[in-house]
Amino acid sequence: MASQFDLMNILVGQETDKNYRKKPVIVQGMTGSFGSIHTQLMRDYGTNITAGVTPGKGGQEFDGIPIYNGMGEAVKQTGASISVIFVPASNFLRAAIEALDNGIKLLVAIPEHVPVIDSLKLIEYAKLKNARIIGPNTPGIIVPEVIKIGIMPAQPFKTGNVVLLSRSGTLMYELAYSLSKANFGQKLCMGIGGDPVNGTNLIECFDIIRGINDVECIVVVGEIGGDAEELLAEYILETSYPKPVIGYIAGRSAPKEKRMGHAGAIIYGNYGSAESKMASFFKSDVPVAKTPSEVPILLSQRLKK
Amino acid sequence: MRLLEYQGKELFLQYGIPTPRSALAASLSEVEKLSSKFEFPLILKSQVAVGGRGKAGAIVKCDTPSEVASKFTELINKKIKGELPQSILVEQAVDIKQELYISLFLNRGRRIYSLICSAEGGVEIESVKNKLIIDVPSSGVPLPLATEAALKLGLQGRTAESFKAFVINLSRFVFEKDAELAEINPAVVLRDASLMALDAKVIIDDNALFRHPELKKYQYMSETEKQAKEGGFSFVELDGDIAIIGNGAGLVMSTLDMVSDQGGRAGCFLDFGGSATAETIFYSLKVVSKIKRIRAILINLFGGIVKTNMVAEGILRAYREGVIEVPTFARITGAEASQAKDMLKDSNANMYDTVEQAIQGLLEELSKKEEIYGKSV
Repeated sequence: MASQFDLMNILVGQETDKNYRKKPVIVQGMTGSFGSIHTQLMRDYGTNITAGVTPGKGGQEFDGIPIYNGMGEAVKQTGASISVIFVPASNFLRAAIEALDNGIKLLVAIPEHVPVIDSLKLIEYAKLKNARIIGPNTPGIIVPEVIKIGIMPAQPFKTGNVVLLSRSGTLMYELAYSLSKANFGQKLCMGIGGDPVNGTNLIECFDIIRGINDVECIVVVGEIGGDAEELLAEYILETSYPKPVIGYIAGRSAPKEKRMGHAGAIIYGNYGSAESKMASFFKSDVPVAKTPSEVPILLSQRLKK
Repeated sequence: MRLLEYQGKELFLQYGIPTPRSALAASLSEVEKLSSKFEFPLILKSQVAVGGRGKAGAIVKCDTPSEVASKFTELINKKIKGELPQSILVEQAVDIKQELYISLFLNRGRRIYSLICSAEGGVEIESVKNKLIIDVPSSGVPLPLATEAALKLGLQGRTAESFKAFVINLSRFVFEKDAELAEINPAVVLRDASLMALDAKVIIDDNALFRHPELKKYQYMSETEKQAKEGGFSFVELDGDIAIIGNGAGLVMSTLDMVSDQGGRAGCFLDFGGSATAETIFYSLKVVSKIKRIRAILINLFGGIVKTNMVAEGILRAYREGVIEVPTFARITGAEASQAKDMLKDSNANMYDTVEQAIQGLLEELSKKEEIYGKSV
């Protein structure tokens, strides 16, 4: 089951690399209002943004960063294998395929409201291209104090040895804030996305994390809808997963058949209910916190064992 | 977006999926006019978006015109699982040789579409032992896959041919119209070996509506929901008296859970998304003010990029302009938090450092009011 995908190598690199901790990143949709704000914020964090892509604006610059018309040129000029997308949902699939066609190996898909069939097509295509999609509908991915690819605020995140995975954006910030306050810094925090299907699902994240050194524990922020948490719980049990895991599930009090903000957060019958997810976690010996602030408490207890 | 049966069937017909002869009636005079054009027996079907309509008494057979009149009046006024129908579908009964179950849906966990078929139709699929589950690529059901399904279901000759065409048309419908689910239970084999969809349960991917303007007519929204949508908010009306507002769906859900754990009852879920400005806060309070039973507002805002003094400004404006009167309890983290706290000092808004404290403050205030005025709900 071990993954061939070395995420930390793509995000951070080896000490011998000339761009160690300075991996080049391309921003697709850099000149839009959202893309431009977050280009600046990522840069302020230390992310090495080397190019922007906006069709029709090639040859211009944004804040000293060259803009290209297409991904082919941008990749050729920068050698980047990471791209982050800020285009509207209706243009998303085209932009994402262009990125994969030009050698991008890690694609962070920020847009919300991407049709699920477009996500499925992209996931099928990424498999052929041996690339990874994070999202869509994700705040992105951050290696605290090294690289931030996405729209998360910088303050809640501190470096350390916890991996934080979340289906929700703001809850990821909230949990990172709670963890940091309790001196549990993070090795890696990743929003898997709030949509019904995720480019990289929880099980794939767990596979990737196996290969990362010094991970002390994994915190999973789930929510109602689908069966990602149930499948993860089975996987943890079946593979006797080697790291401790703490869970949190949002939406215990949500009504059935109502979409709670995220496209993926909807219960049909018992399918997707919080009870089902919590029961699966308990069966796999994963403690589930009742509130975000309870997570660091459960984590301390688990690590003392 | 979950479609009503008649809406799903309208779309099925466009894709060559046969359905019984039918018409929609919203009043007694309409149904009386209609029934003379049909042969008896007729089926009346309440158009509500809930499952298990058969068992819930939402589908009745009528043998005479007088029966149609009495059963129609009964159905149009009857709530099915809490939902009152706007109209009744009048349908010609058909002569059934065999009932099947056919559905094509997004299998979230496996990240693929799945086709489920069974030779036992008309019952709940969860209870059926013999069913086929087949992976379908996003390019749709190819002919060999349909042939394989027909064979495994034991269908032969002309029935097998009808089945294949039926499934391929269904697949075209699902992938062209961005349906997350199309379930036909039952699909029936008629005496002439043709197939027909007797029911239609269809869910369309809301995120794909931008490329289906023709489906927008099926979208039903209340006035408050429309206003929320205009503001770019995610909004769900609930039945309690506490409005819950925040930035981020997960955070608002989590707040809802904490309120309910402490015995409070949420009256709505409102996620105003990524950009918290004075304007978005003001507008979200305006939306919430339309729900008359709201007695208190809880704001949980996890900022980083958010300027909390802007949020405070939005809240103050809502009080100043008389948009809201009920008290607000807020937990707002982010830049300038102490300034925001200062701004709200003399208003009907209270600011706290943690959401737990804000919830406690809110519930204490509500119970104080209950002691004075008595329980209102």
